[in-house]
Amino acid sequence: MSAETSLRDHRRKILDRTSVFGMALCTALTVFVLLVILGYVIYRGASYISWGFLTSLPTPVGEGGGGIANALVGSLLVVAVASMMAIPIGVGAAIYLSEFQSGWLGRSVRFLADVLIGVPSIVVGLFAYALVVQPMKDFSAFSGSVAYAFIMIPIILITTQEALRLVPTSLREAALALGTPRWRMILSIVLPTARRALLTGLLLAVARALGEAAPMLFTAFGNPFWNTNLAKPMATVPLVIYRYAVAPYDDWHNQAWAAAFVLILVVLVVNVLTRLAFRSRVDD
Amino acid sequence: MIEVKLEEPWWQNLRARPRPKALRVIRGEKELGLVPQEEVRLSVERLSAYYGQARAVNNVSLAIRARMSTAIIGPSGCGKSTLLRSLNRMHEVVRGARVEGKVLLDGKDLYAPSMDAVKVRRRIGMVFQRANPFPSRSIFENVAVGPRLDGMRDRKALEQSVERSLRMAALWDEVKDQLHQPATRLSGGQQQRLCIARAIAIEPEVLLMDEPCSALDPISTARIEALIEELKKTYTILIVTHNLQQAARASDFTAFMYLGELVEFDTTVRIFERPTQKMTEDYITGRYG
Repeated sequence: MSAETSLRDHRRKILDRTSVFGMALCTALTVFVLLVILGYVIYRGASYISWGFLTSLPTPVGEGGGGIANALVGSLLVVAVASMMAIPIGVGAAIYLSEFQSGWLGRSVRFLADVLIGVPSIVVGLFAYALVVQPMKDFSAFSGSVAYAFIMIPIILITTQEALRLVPTSLREAALALGTPRWRMILSIVLPTARRALLTGLLLAVARALGEAAPMLFTAFGNPFWNTNLAKPMATVPLVIYRYAVAPYDDWHNQAWAAAFVLILVVLVVNVLTRLAFRSRVDD
Repeated sequence: MIEVKLEEPWWQNLRARPRPKALRVIRGEKELGLVPQEEVRLSVERLSAYYGQARAVNNVSLAIRARMSTAIIGPSGCGKSTLLRSLNRMHEVVRGARVEGKVLLDGKDLYAPSMDAVKVRRRIGMVFQRANPFPSRSIFENVAVGPRLDGMRDRKALEQSVERSLRMAALWDEVKDQLHQPATRLSGGQQQRLCIARAIAIEPEVLLMDEPCSALDPISTARIEALIEELKKTYTILIVTHNLQQAARASDFTAFMYLGELVEFDTTVRIFERPTQKMTEDYITGRYG
């Protein structure tokens, strides 16, 4: 009897230790993979980075030099235009849903937004192609912005709703009890109180869009020349990485790694900004 | 030998207070006393308040006298806060909440279709249980919210209005050198007085206070009670409280509620000295609640 019990105890302890060890191993693998990706990009890309790479246009194969200035500016432009469309729509919808429609409509739209976040970005690109590129009969930076906006809207909607939820009811009541009309309460009390969490969500959406290549393939399309015309094809950093990486030239491969490094750096900067904003909110 | 002396019950010393002369007290259908109509600022007539199907306040009638303080007491969940929130139409802010009956402010029904809830709340101010200054604003801007809503843009006028309200709330001397600091820097008691300043900055006619001291230490509580004493020279004050001593100290009239109904409403002295209802007596002597 007692021997049997101790045997069972023993098995339980072994099982316990193995499972904890297994989970630790999974964690280590995850971190390892992330570090390898980051490390390899730095290893391959960092050595190729120079001021010239950031400020010059692409050059034909074999000529040497050449950079991603047009793609950097293109990425910023396309994302900026996308933000101009997505931020008012996403924030506006989130305010409407959480302040005026907390019932079934709010929940349904929230569910839809959750689904939209999961839609593969290439599908979003295809949709933007049908919506903008086909009628305009040309690839354009603007169609890329539309695709990015579709990706950003559900993210902004959800993060804004969460940010508004963080504003305590007691503050809304305090404002209403002073005889503040509802719209004014939202503009002058709710939004300023939630501003840091709001900003965090917006930055996350921007970071996500900055890194997407798939929806750009048949919208912004890419462009080896300098272009700031939104109605024409435009280079973006993720596109440059894709094009250069699949080409058969060593020089382009190096440039793709360097561009990847720059992209990671930009996303990292956006992320760090987000964290800083987030931390000061906790400090309050 | 140690002499054991039984202390008098704490409400005994209330006898020294002057008693208000007359009062219109209604319980259910019956009118128990009378005050001249012009003395009544706020008159609650057969008010019932609901959260969805649940009735939190049941058929309550009260007459609140101008420039007096009236306390509403009763055990938790008796509907006293709901009653208070019904008086400035804050009850309806909650989803599914509704009100039946009338609330007359100077004879005009606040629930009449032509009445705008936003305007009602500008005439009947409110202070909440937990101090809730706007964290995104400075001390000055917290108080200035009301005057700004009234369209006051002139800096000088705003400064005067903020100073006046902060002085009335007995906070001016403590904050006059840090008006532009965040309101969240203040202590709990100071924040609550800031909320009182913010509420009186809109120059309401009636001030509702929903357990304003329940989150405060005794010193801050005493300050706010002294403030109530001061404020009722100008405003009509209703105060919901869990603290019986506070009701006794800081009010002229007391209403006792139980399970959504008004059990007894009379001068504070009479409620605490010789209540007519057994339930009231049991409650104030601490037998339940």
